Amino acid sequence: MTALGKLFRTTAFKLALLFLVVFGIGSGLVLGRVALSVKGLLDDQIAQVIDAEINGLSEQYALGGVRRLTATIERRIREPGASLYLLANAAGERLAGNIAPLPVDRIARAGAGETRYARADETEAKRFTLMRVVLIRGGEFRLVVGRDLEERDRLRRVMGRALVSSLFWLAVIGVVGGLFVAFRVLRRVDAMNATAGRIMAGDLAERLPVAGSNDEFDRLATNLNAMIARIGELLAGMREVSDNIAHDLKTPLTRLRNRAEEALRTARDEKDYRAALERMIEESDGLIRIFNALLMIARAEAGAWRDAMAPLDVGELVSGVAELYEPVAEEAGMRLDVAVESGLSARGNRELVSQAVANLLDNALKYGANGQGGEVTVSARGDGQEIAIVVADRGPGVAPADRARVLERFVRLEGSRSRPGFGLGLSLVAAVARLHGGKLELADNAPGLKVVLTLPRGAA
Amino acid sequence: MRLLIIEDDAEAAAYLVKAFREAGHTAEHAADGLDGYDRARDGRHDVLIVDRMLPKMDGLAMIGALRAQDIDTPALILSALGQVDDRVKGLRAGGDDYLAKPYAFSELLARVEALGRRKPGGASEPTHYRVGDLELDRLAHTATRNGEEIALQPREYRLLEFLMKHAGQVVTRTMLLESVWDYHFDPQTNVIDVHISRLRAKIDKGQATPLLHTVRGAGYMIRDGAR
Repeated sequence: MTALGKLFRTTAFKLALLFLVVFGIGSGLVLGRVALSVKGLLDDQIAQVIDAEINGLSEQYALGGVRRLTATIERRIREPGASLYLLANAAGERLAGNIAPLPVDRIARAGAGETRYARADETEAKRFTLMRVVLIRGGEFRLVVGRDLEERDRLRRVMGRALVSSLFWLAVIGVVGGLFVAFRVLRRVDAMNATAGRIMAGDLAERLPVAGSNDEFDRLATNLNAMIARIGELLAGMREVSDNIAHDLKTPLTRLRNRAEEALRTARDEKDYRAALERMIEESDGLIRIFNALLMIARAEAGAWRDAMAPLDVGELVSGVAELYEPVAEEAGMRLDVAVESGLSARGNRELVSQAVANLLDNALKYGANGQGGEVTVSARGDGQEIAIVVADRGPGVAPADRARVLERFVRLEGSRSRPGFGLGLSLVAAVARLHGGKLELADNAPGLKVVLTLPRGAA
Repeated sequence: MRLLIIEDDAEAAAYLVKAFREAGHTAEHAADGLDGYDRARDGRHDVLIVDRMLPKMDGLAMIGALRAQDIDTPALILSALGQVDDRVKGLRAGGDDYLAKPYAFSELLARVEALGRRKPGGASEPTHYRVGDLELDRLAHTATRNGEEIALQPREYRLLEFLMKHAGQVVTRTMLLESVWDYHFDPQTNVIDVHISRLRAKIDKGQATPLLHTVRGAGYMIRDGAR
């Protein structure tokens, strides 16, 4: 019974039930409408027959008065399939006809209507007739002509039965079909649930079954699988980050501790202590910056900034950051060339994109120097869909084999380790690019390094 | 300066009270948002230092309640949430400055002193700044020293303007990056130092008394060397 209880709660079953009700109401309406039309048609026909009879009888009356009328009625009632006739006087007593007298108030006025009647040889009025009353000589005689409705009512009963039986079969087919669909759906959902349960229990390598029919369930399973894969990646990334943090913070933390110990051991006067403490503060500031950078990367990767996006003028942003770094270049004896197009609008977070451009410029100015000073060019150009921010230098560049690796967190190439830095700059740029739906590419500037940060163009 | 520190971490609060007293200010402490609100309501403080997450009444809600009562004591928000959108929320709620934990005390002190100076609410900014023989005409956008005009780039002008507005006070690198450039990120290198040394070359070179001083471990200050 639990399976049945579960079935009643399934969406498929509820849907089947809903369709059943809707189709039931629909076919009921259609059949009802047909029945009504048929009845109307029959009623019209009957009324026409009655009118024709009355016309004939009126002619007879005009030719020979009541006597001739009575004779005509007596003759007609003997014919097979005869209509119903009643000729009564003002008191309602029958003068001729084949039905029992009708109540006098029922035939007091001329007009048409339905009424109960009894045949002349019956006592109980249980049949129905559609009749028309005609007054003769201002009500001295009353002529009633009608047709029995038995035939019409039988048709109505037949149609009613058809309606009921079709509803019954509709219900049977609907319930059986609904159950079939529901069971099929349930089986697949149960399979997916079981797999999801195993995945939740920790087996992130497991995937939901995909039947290969490319139906909704397959698409759902495919999407969920992609989601699980992404979660796995994020988890791995997080594990990597925490491992890296543990590893990379150990070095400065150890240095911090050594400084303190050394100061305690060797410092002789206040000046020594002060110098040691100042160095320790510098070290802890470095730690804070690493934390902040990691936090920023993590939040960018988690998409936490999606709601803090606004229209950006990329050209303006790039030249602003370039202006900030221009004196740095000059001090390093390098040239900084800026070439930006105007009207490059993207949707993004100003702080993050500025930070990304600043990181690229900082790198270019740090590592892009060569024997003769060096030159760094920064440009922002757009085509129909994308905006490319390019920072290029004439330094030693990055070997193709290392280009993917330098985007990872805490990766610093040989030769750069002596410079200040944490190996997080490009990781942050890559995270910012991903957050904005863009990408980051490293290329050969022959000689030097060319970094291209691509952002999708957005409406301003 | 009379400061009110609203911070629920007793140890951090005690450290701040002590440090501000050593810097020559009076500081009192409230341990939760309601207490802070009650104390700040009479408007007798020069600066409020508000932790963002407080028991009983959230820091931003407390500032909002004070602003609703027309108490416009400058408020600096301290928060462990240091991201851009958090700062925007803090400033929108009525805070005047925002500092992310962990911070250097020298940074906090410089910002609090800058905020406290601003207090004479509504008074319009002077059109001239003067430090020693250095003068800044904010209407003509010119700087002169000893009556001699100094040619400044627009950004250098704004840098000097900010320093002179806070003459006699320490101005940190982050404050300069935020106020003069409107950037709230970590510029990695000593970018600000380079800009300052350019400016210094223009205003102090060849002069007997330097005016633009480096304050070790904190930032920069413009003051009359003779003082």
